[in-house]
Amino acid sequence: MIRDPNFQYPFLIGTIFLFAYLIIRVILWYIKLSKYDKLRFIHFWKTKSVWAAIRDSVADGLLHLSIFKKNPLLGYMHMSLAFGWFLLIVMGHLEVIADRHSLNFPFYYAVFYRYYQPHPDFAGAKVFGAVMDFLLLIILSGVALAIIKRIRKQIFGMKRTTRLKTFDKIALASLWLIFPLRLLAESLSAAYYHNGSFMSNTLGEWFIQNVRVSAIYDLSWWLYSCSLGFFFIALPFSRYMHIPTEIVFIFLRHAGIMPKKYWNSYAQIQMYSCSRCGICLDACQLYEAGVSNVQSVYFLQFIRNNENVDKSLFGCIICGRCQEACPVHINLNDLRTALRIKASKPLTFSYEYTQKALQQKAGIIYFAGCMTHLTPQIKFSMRRIFDFLGDNVWFMDKDKSICCGAPLMLAGQYDSASQLIQKNTELIMASGAKTLILSCPICYKAFREDYVLPGISIKFHAVYLNEMIRQGRLPKINLGFKTIYHDPCALGRGSKIYDQPRYVIDSYSQRIRLKKEKAEALCCGAGLGAINLPIEAKNKVTFEAMSYFARFKPNALITACPLCKKTFARDRRIPVLDIAELTARAIDEYVNEQKKTVRETRLIES
Amino acid sequence: MATFDFLEIRHLHIDYDNLDQELLNEVIREEPSFQWCISCGCCTATCSAGNHTTFNIRRISLILRRGEVEGLEEELKKCMLCGKCTLVCPRDIQLRNVVMNIKKIILKKKTA
Repeated sequence: MIRDPNFQYPFLIGTIFLFAYLIIRVILWYIKLSKYDKLRFIHFWKTKSVWAAIRDSVADGLLHLSIFKKNPLLGYMHMSLAFGWFLLIVMGHLEVIADRHSLNFPFYYAVFYRYYQPHPDFAGAKVFGAVMDFLLLIILSGVALAIIKRIRKQIFGMKRTTRLKTFDKIALASLWLIFPLRLLAESLSAAYYHNGSFMSNTLGEWFIQNVRVSAIYDLSWWLYSCSLGFFFIALPFSRYMHIPTEIVFIFLRHAGIMPKKYWNSYAQIQMYSCSRCGICLDACQLYEAGVSNVQSVYFLQFIRNNENVDKSLFGCIICGRCQEACPVHINLNDLRTALRIKASKPLTFSYEYTQKALQQKAGIIYFAGCMTHLTPQIKFSMRRIFDFLGDNVWFMDKDKSICCGAPLMLAGQYDSASQLIQKNTELIMASGAKTLILSCPICYKAFREDYVLPGISIKFHAVYLNEMIRQGRLPKINLGFKTIYHDPCALGRGSKIYDQPRYVIDSYSQRIRLKKEKAEALCCGAGLGAINLPIEAKNKVTFEAMSYFARFKPNALITACPLCKKTFARDRRIPVLDIAELTARAIDEYVNEQKKTVRETRLIES
Repeated sequence: MATFDFLEIRHLHIDYDNLDQELLNEVIREEPSFQWCISCGCCTATCSAGNHTTFNIRRISLILRRGEVEGLEEELKKCMLCGKCTLVCPRDIQLRNVVMNIKKIILKKKTA
């Protein structure tokens, strides 16, 4: 038989192209980082975070443990392909080293080892053969699962799987073909030389009885090499670019680089890290409501393909459920906000009229925000609480309220938002206050992230109430009803405040525990992130969320966001209360009881 | 009495024969809910910017319908985009998107 030594070229070309592309890409990304981010990254290599980054690279990049935790079958599919292939490459090279007792061989030698070495007779050759066959079997099971997933996704417990683009299809087809073709080539090799193991030898025997092996032997190796080459060339332009990018992303994340309001190379790296696994699709409440183009996986895909993103970018509520579900930990909310700012032309806004706003000296400031003014009960309850505590509080926006700037920021109008931020900052700094209390989580998030207020502690009202209860300044009293706590998006997922509001509610009522709570809490549907989302979709989200709560038959739904309250209150199935209203009720109850006991003791005395 | 004539006061006329509804139509195309407006004024009552100034979103909606586009841009600069108008609207009109779109279209026309 004639030995054809040329079939390695498709593989070689693919590999060289891929590595050259990746090296240039990573260098470009690094150059485009800001000066401080570069310093952070250089310093990072001297810290212990490097080990955490390496651990995460193995856990998420190879083992896919995050997906495994969410969906074991899907996790196994990713793990078998990624970790299985990785081990196959490593074991392949070890096998060649064991055979030749040297490191001096071309790197493609290990890939086509069964072709170049028909008679492996070194010590342990049988073991290596068995291990290689076993690994290939594992990978093939992963490929089989991937094909099944495309046909019947329900088996994976997934309601949806992602739509594909042309390059993705090429890459996907070549990836699926690589391993069956390798099995074919190795089996044919085993048919000739019996150099395989349990799987390839068995198949080889079948081939020799049924097929003219000599006719297709070289062709099979050519096809195997071509599938590898095609995959490597298509990789940078397909979703499989996430494989190398994710490692870069993990290292940058551990270096402490944070997402910014503007679109930078870190944002680009995050965008390429998306593996389009589709887990975010199931997390998105809008999908249930019939909106199927705003989900994070699609919006990132549109950006990568330079398609029109207007609808997909501005139609999302930015509730953050996808960000919590994302196994790659991409900062999807920040990416979206940065992209909105990048995609929007600055529309001129001018707020000179705010100059007339009142200014006052105070120790504590209460900023209600636009949404609290829309739900006056919260405002009155806060005043009731402050009166009871006897604190000197300046109600900053009692008459003339100035927006915190978050709605403009979410609409991509960074400069205009900065005007409002500056105005509020001036007012707050001039008051000489030490504490700023907010009753709207949207404001709270904006004040925490976009404002610079040195020396002032910014507190959400639920956190403040929790402190007061723990200090014994507010009474603990059971109002005797069953409640559900709804985590507002900007407070829970946005600011990671989960426990303090729960403590406050537990002090006054009997709280029912839900399955979908904390990071997995539902969105009310009216978030300010949605700019051009149809009202029908919003109402559907609200209705579905309320239906979920109604199943538990609570006496009241407690939330900590005026916007959630306003939205849920339209649905009349459960009365909705803010956490401040609950506290104010408890105070009233407490005061009444005190009066009653005083009256009773007086009666007894007289 | 022959001089008493409503038609004499030219600047108060709305000439429906020469109505410039291009901007209005474009806004409605982008945000169809805008055509349901009944000019009730809830949006203006709740408006944060309207609390500081004479900014009146109901009036903006009215003059847009009359095709009076001049001065619209200057007036809309005052909006803080807080979204309260959208929440109180009894007709579920996405006023926040309407404001964004009017501004976008005016900007597009200016640059074009």
